Amino acid sequence: MKPNDLSQNEEQINQNEEEFQALLRKSLPSIGNAAEPARDLWPAMLRRLDEKPASVPWFDWALLAGLLGVAAFVPASIPVLLYYL
Amino acid sequence: MENGSNGVLNAFRHGSMDAFETLFRLHQRAVYCWILRIVRKPTVAEDLTIETFWRIHKAHARFDPARGFEGWARRIATHAALDWLRANRTEAALTADGLREPASDSAADPAITAEIRARVAQSFARLPPRLRVAATLALIEQLPHKEVAAALGISVAAVKLRVFRASRMLRKDLEQQGIRP
Repeated sequence: MKPNDLSQNEEQINQNEEEFQALLRKSLPSIGNAAEPARDLWPAMLRRLDEKPASVPWFDWALLAGLLGVAAFVPASIPVLLYYL
Repeated sequence: MENGSNGVLNAFRHGSMDAFETLFRLHQRAVYCWILRIVRKPTVAEDLTIETFWRIHKAHARFDPARGFEGWARRIATHAALDWLRANRTEAALTADGLREPASDSAADPAITAEIRARVAQSFARLPPRLRVAATLALIEQLPHKEVAAALGISVAAVKLRVFRASRMLRKDLEQQGIRP
């Protein structure tokens, strides 16, 4: 392929890409910088800050203890446990 | 200093609630707008703005006032939005609420049918979240790659690669649906 053909090919690719990107922009217009929240978010922020962190249920601790017990007494089970993790 | 007050930034770093409220009120609109550009759903953007500031509040001791608040907040907001996209891929794929926003509708090209807009939105939603964020910010919002890289905490070259891969996937997906420029 001649250098002239190569540059024409490159131009064609660039033009296709520009047309494709233009289609994307026409389909999904930019939001820009003008948007604003519909409400004051500070009260919701305060509620979020007051929330207590979720505690881990006792059942999860019991399950973990059971798995550790199985791994300690039957080491051959470790690969099986890891497989199902 | 970008908000003109070293005192507020230092007080925030030391855990002052008043300083946090000041920064919240100063930056909530910018953070909301940034998140909306990524998720394109106003109610989700509001929730994620609160999530972002909650993360900011938790990390106040790690904040470096010398590096400014806005860039730091934007990076946390970008990761909060990415986490949401990862956790809600099905919801994001099924709806295109952002298209129904008044600002977006008025800016939409009338030559592009609602069906094409919906298909393009769904193609974006099918992208892996990290490609989707880079493509949305670079291709749709037309932000400089440097700005996108700073928000994602990656290099400009990595942004270009993500945008290139996203563009190729979008083109293939849309061509399969018979949509060409």
